[in-house]
Amino acid sequence: MASDEVDDRPSRLDTGEVIDGFRLEERTHQGGMANLWRVSRVDDEGSDDTLPLIMKVPRIKGGDDPATIVGFEVEQMIMPTLSGVHVPKFVAKGDFTRQPYIVMERIGGETLRARFEHAPLPLDEVVSIGARVATALHDLHRQQVIHLDVKPSNILFRPDGSAVLVDFGLSRHAQLPDLLEEEFELPMGTGPYMSPEQVQFVRSDLRSDLFALGVLLYHLATGARPFGAPTSVRGLRKRLYQAPVPPRALRPELPPWLQEVILRCLEVDPARRHQSAAQLAFELQNPDQVVLTERAQRLQVQGGWAGSLKRWFAAIGHEARPPEAGLRSLRSPILLAAVDVAGATPDLLAAVRETVQRLLQTEPGARLACLTVMKTNLIAADELVEADGSSRHVNLLVQLKHWAHPLQPSRHEAPREPAAGRVTYHVLEAPDPAGAIVDYARKNQVDHIVIGARSSGGLRRYLGSVSSQVAAEAECTVTVVRA
Amino acid sequence: MKIALVTDLHANREAVETVLAHAASQGAQRYVFLGDFVGYGADPGWVIDRLREHVAAGAHAVLGNHDAAVVQGPLPTMIPEARQVVEWTRARLDAAQLAFLGSLPMSVSEADRLYVHANAFAPADWGYVIGRMEAVRSMQATAARFTFCGHVHDPKLFHLSGTGKVGDFVPSPGMPIPLSMQRQWLVIPGSAGQPRDGNPAACYAIFEPASATLTYHRVPYDVESAAAKIRAAGLPPRLAQRLQHGE
Repeated sequence: MASDEVDDRPSRLDTGEVIDGFRLEERTHQGGMANLWRVSRVDDEGSDDTLPLIMKVPRIKGGDDPATIVGFEVEQMIMPTLSGVHVPKFVAKGDFTRQPYIVMERIGGETLRARFEHAPLPLDEVVSIGARVATALHDLHRQQVIHLDVKPSNILFRPDGSAVLVDFGLSRHAQLPDLLEEEFELPMGTGPYMSPEQVQFVRSDLRSDLFALGVLLYHLATGARPFGAPTSVRGLRKRLYQAPVPPRALRPELPPWLQEVILRCLEVDPARRHQSAAQLAFELQNPDQVVLTERAQRLQVQGGWAGSLKRWFAAIGHEARPPEAGLRSLRSPILLAAVDVAGATPDLLAAVRETVQRLLQTEPGARLACLTVMKTNLIAADELVEADGSSRHVNLLVQLKHWAHPLQPSRHEAPREPAAGRVTYHVLEAPDPAGAIVDYARKNQVDHIVIGARSSGGLRRYLGSVSSQVAAEAECTVTVVRA
Repeated sequence: MKIALVTDLHANREAVETVLAHAASQGAQRYVFLGDFVGYGADPGWVIDRLREHVAAGAHAVLGNHDAAVVQGPLPTMIPEARQVVEWTRARLDAAQLAFLGSLPMSVSEADRLYVHANAFAPADWGYVIGRMEAVRSMQATAARFTFCGHVHDPKLFHLSGTGKVGDFVPSPGMPIPLSMQRQWLVIPGSAGQPRDGNPAACYAIFEPASATLTYHRVPYDVESAAAKIRAAGLPPRLAQRLQHGE
């Protein structure tokens, strides 16, 4: 075995040293838990790519250091399972019997931490950061992983603006053993960002990441931390009963919808937050569709001890729940009904609605986006159409709402929190309806598109079928409904 | 190199055939059988003959409690149903097959791996690794980094850190699990011939020592035929039902 040949203590590393074919070029970061080295491959043959690389090497502080070791074990276990643009590409790892390390793609630029120094930031930047980080989180959650340490220094951006999440030392993979579960007697996470359930040792709820993102957005928008930076467990537990100061009290020009979104992220009971990162990204990208509740209007901390008690009860409810394995709320899909309200036959419209209704019944956490496309000319539209445009737009929206009316929960049923804002309406203007639908679905991380089949009219046949193009090009599930 | 770990085959020809074919399709080059080749099922002779071929080709096999009972004859403490199966099985094996069972070792060590049927602390007493307590006891009784055992029919994975913290995990089939070299692991692949976790599909696991990667597998097999043979053989009908429901 390889372990017989070498010293079991990782030695001090120097520039120029070669480890398993990677040459240490320069130490780019010295952190509390790990050092980062820019590395290159010594043996270039076989590496077809020119991927810039870094090596992450844990800093073991004399003797046993379970926190560092287990965190690094976890990261070594989870990183190789991840893929996509929202994580650094994993390249290689070395185990503790020789020299522990992870070699991965180097993401250029600075972490979001650099922008934090400048908070409060312009609101459109805050919203854009929030949408991009939520999109990255959703991609991670789809891969069965909860980050559990979302904070500015763990977020980077690619040149195209997409967010990249790093540091999976506290993460949890639903299909891999949780090595951290039993390891520590203190809550694991970073003080200001830790969700109430993490404070209570629950490590299986992906909505914990939405809480952390809420803290981050609150800070970027106001320059203040919603729950301070506690260092004791007692200080951490305060967030279970103390509601944050509403962001608009600190920054009056912050729009009510954004306060609604941020305070919803910071709910103590995960069931009252957004049910998936995609739903949060959706709201940040569609502010006009955010349903405002009392949260949006708050200008001071919720009423005294009664408010604290309410928050605390919600926290207790959570505490009582057994920590289950698996990502509980992965099934909070976004459903897109692409409806040709102006062109389809009444039979087809009813059939599409019936299919949507059935899907909503089986997915209680689902969110429905109703969409129709107003076809515009490819070449600059003539005056008449331009003038006519806005009324056509309104008309389509009215028809779309009318179509979806039977899908709304009845007015007599008590509205439940996650159901609020379940249905949204969108009229797109585009020359190519199928392309617009596919594009919209991708940007909003839609899980399932329901669309009517083309009718058999000669004109439709001549123009081609929108539904077949959507079915061919969409990245998600597509159901094509026939009347 | 990939090692297929197959345990608690229990004379179930249909399950064993399917598991071995699946392991071969996954690229398994070596086989380790963790005991209980007979008992419950209707094809003890066939299963033992396959096992002998594999052992002749370099596979490892260790003794299980059902194998020991068939070799020694039923124990006075056995419940009537078990006694009936042991007697039935003994009557269907020839001398060579019985001798082969009798020659199986209690455990086998290979590199940093221990193969044993029940546990590492008292293998001949056949105590079950029911939970974390027994798992810790077993891992502390061996220097091996990886212990592979059967006896318990439900797939499970235990781990013990250098600081003495133990964890357990119910694996998802088909998901490769990298086993860190920083801790000890106890792997229960789950029963191939008589699954009991509510899923009738056969269990086994594949381990790759080079990357220390473990993958649990579940493979559906022809349960109906295996159950029909049990009934036709006059064995207790409950054993046939049990296969069909995986309980």
